[in-house]
Amino acid sequence: MELWFTERHTPNVKFSIKVDRQLYSGNSEFQRIDVFASKEFGRFLTLDGYMMLTEKDEFIYHEMITHVPMAVHPDPKDILVIGAGDGGVIRELTRYNSVRSIDLVEIDELVVEVSKKFLPTTACRLDDERVHIHYEDGVKFIRSCENKYDVIIVDSTDPFGPGEGLFTKEFYGSCFKALREDGIMVNQHESPFYDEDAAAMQRSHKRIVESFPISRVYQAHIPTYPSGHWLFGFASKKYHPVRDYNATKWSMLGLETKYYNTQLHCGAFALPNYVEEMLRDVE
Amino acid sequence: MAELSQVNAPIYEALRRLRRMRVVPFDVPGHKRGRGNMELTEFLGEDCMNADVNSMKPLDNLCHPVSVIRDAEDLAAQAFGAANVFFMVGGTTSAVQSMIMYACKEGEKIIMPRNVHRSAINALILTGAVPVYVDPDVNHQLGIALGMSVSQVEEAIRANPDAKAIMVNNPTYYGICSDLKRITELAHEHGMLVLVDEAHGTHFYFGDNFPITAMAAGADCASVSMHKSGGSLTQSSFLLMGKNVNSDYMRQIVNLTQTTSASYLLLSSLDISRKRLALSGKEIFAEAVAMAEYARSEINSIGGYYAYSKELINGDSIYDFDVSKLSVFTLPVGLAGIEVYDLLRDEYDIQIEFGDIGNILAYISVGDRKRDIERLISALSEIKRRFGKEGAGLLTQEYINPVVAEAPRKAFYAQKESLPLEESIGRVCTESVMCYPPGIPILSPGELITPEIIEYIRYAKEKGCQMTGTEDLNIERLNVMKLS
Repeated sequence: MELWFTERHTPNVKFSIKVDRQLYSGNSEFQRIDVFASKEFGRFLTLDGYMMLTEKDEFIYHEMITHVPMAVHPDPKDILVIGAGDGGVIRELTRYNSVRSIDLVEIDELVVEVSKKFLPTTACRLDDERVHIHYEDGVKFIRSCENKYDVIIVDSTDPFGPGEGLFTKEFYGSCFKALREDGIMVNQHESPFYDEDAAAMQRSHKRIVESFPISRVYQAHIPTYPSGHWLFGFASKKYHPVRDYNATKWSMLGLETKYYNTQLHCGAFALPNYVEEMLRDVE
Repeated sequence: MAELSQVNAPIYEALRRLRRMRVVPFDVPGHKRGRGNMELTEFLGEDCMNADVNSMKPLDNLCHPVSVIRDAEDLAAQAFGAANVFFMVGGTTSAVQSMIMYACKEGEKIIMPRNVHRSAINALILTGAVPVYVDPDVNHQLGIALGMSVSQVEEAIRANPDAKAIMVNNPTYYGICSDLKRITELAHEHGMLVLVDEAHGTHFYFGDNFPITAMAAGADCASVSMHKSGGSLTQSSFLLMGKNVNSDYMRQIVNLTQTTSASYLLLSSLDISRKRLALSGKEIFAEAVAMAEYARSEINSIGGYYAYSKELINGDSIYDFDVSKLSVFTLPVGLAGIEVYDLLRDEYDIQIEFGDIGNILAYISVGDRKRDIERLISALSEIKRRFGKEGAGLLTQEYINPVVAEAPRKAFYAQKESLPLEESIGRVCTESVMCYPPGIPILSPGELITPEIIEYIRYAKEKGCQMTGTEDLNIERLNVMKLS
């Protein structure tokens, strides 16, 4: 017997993983949630059939979306994470002793429950006492926040479905307002490779550029996302991600990482020409 | 054959039967179920083209309905609590015009509020009926015209006992209702017909706790835009009639201007939408109201904006309020409604129904999603943060009472000349000027052009309102009656 999970990356490209067995399937008010076990990628979580994370490569995404802003900000104390019900970002954040509080805003309570039960690799630190979970629409939560956070991490799904609002200008503007005067926002920025993803990437980049004085993009290689080439947005009120980066200071923290390192931090902001051009087109 | 009930949709069912029969079409429309126009078929879909058929025996004929259209109209009458209902395919405009043409012949008077839709003013030009305007009450803070107060209607009736009918806008675009029941009683006591433009009130007939409907208030005719809150296709509408209206004569009136090739897309959309509302309208509108109420409370907590509701009720010119409407007063954040309207679209990709000088209106319906409501609220909050100004310098008075010098028809067909805006002051206008939407005239044919009106037109243009109605598309010049 062969059982395969398949995700359509474009109308003409499919990506498949051989499934050993299905661990969970359920529907929340917002989406369908599935967890599978596989030989190659370990357990993996999908929402509405779209790959969210696998045990094998989640470290790349979670390290890159977390350590880049945390290493640039000189003293990140109050953190807001939007999305991220799987707990991966929280796991990385809780490794910083300087962090005082983490607000996690997840629209779908069932994602957190399922992750706690089936994905201990990522959900392991959701019970940290600094973590406060709010089950709410991120767009709504942030509307009333002002001058409150040092770092905001937007760990969204795709720009359609329940995560749609997290790619809008009103949301980025609200993030700007919610940040302190030297705050940083990073976000899941889609991929530059396939046409449809690239269009979404450009759209959100344009909106961020219009909302923040400093807006840069960095990349990582994530094998299970469409094309494997993935981008993150770095938007900031004061600090430049490379020029204001103190590598020694971060190294002194002594955090062990599998993907992120201080040289890669700077290198990740060096982008292929075709990506630079796409970004320039909307800047 | 079993008795029809609200679960039926006779026109829709007839179309489905026809499709199964696979009739070979040697009649119009010439696209022949879409095969003759593939690009259009790919765009609209095969099912849509398949339903675009002509009147034929199994499908009845809107001009003279005897079978399925008749049945569908009877079911609609039952659903709306009317004696008779006509399906209309020329928009609610055609329903409004038919009501007025039914009630008034040339030279006969009709009492109406000045803030009627342009379709009513146009009907006056068509019939030659003479308007007796009741100036609507105005809320000066919000700058919007309200309903008609009962005492003003009474006064108009006393001064014009020969008037044939009273027309009422209920609810207004902003959601404001007059005391329809009392006005109807007064009119009937004086032998006048009551015509209600209920374009924005379809949901009153199906939801709970909404203001009273025209039919329940005993009015004689009502025009209902099923395509607005009722979910049918754009341009489809209902004309409702009470028991004292001669519907066979009304049919003749309607047929004066109505197409003889009524679209079955529109007819079936009316039929299916009526069925849907009759069966589950209560839940559908409860959900829409819940979303509007939520949005209102969140918008009011942003500060500056005022999303108004039932607290405006004053027992007379705001006798009741339609809580499904999300009308927001924007001037306190230092932005004209039309500016907020444009910012929402240009900056945030959000299209709302309209913006005028002081207000915006977002149309809430069952098709809305909670997360889109959140976006709208956040975008308003962001607009305030990024673009908000001190409230000074904005024109506050929106509604200007007109001075009627001539009957609309006489002015429209009079000898005229075109003058630049400034030079037209003091002359009688022969055309309409309106912001669209809402499509309520600032000037109508036969009205005196005053300095305030010119100032208003200039201001509205400068703020980016879409102005329509004049021969000069740039609205730099107005047509006025030649001095004799």
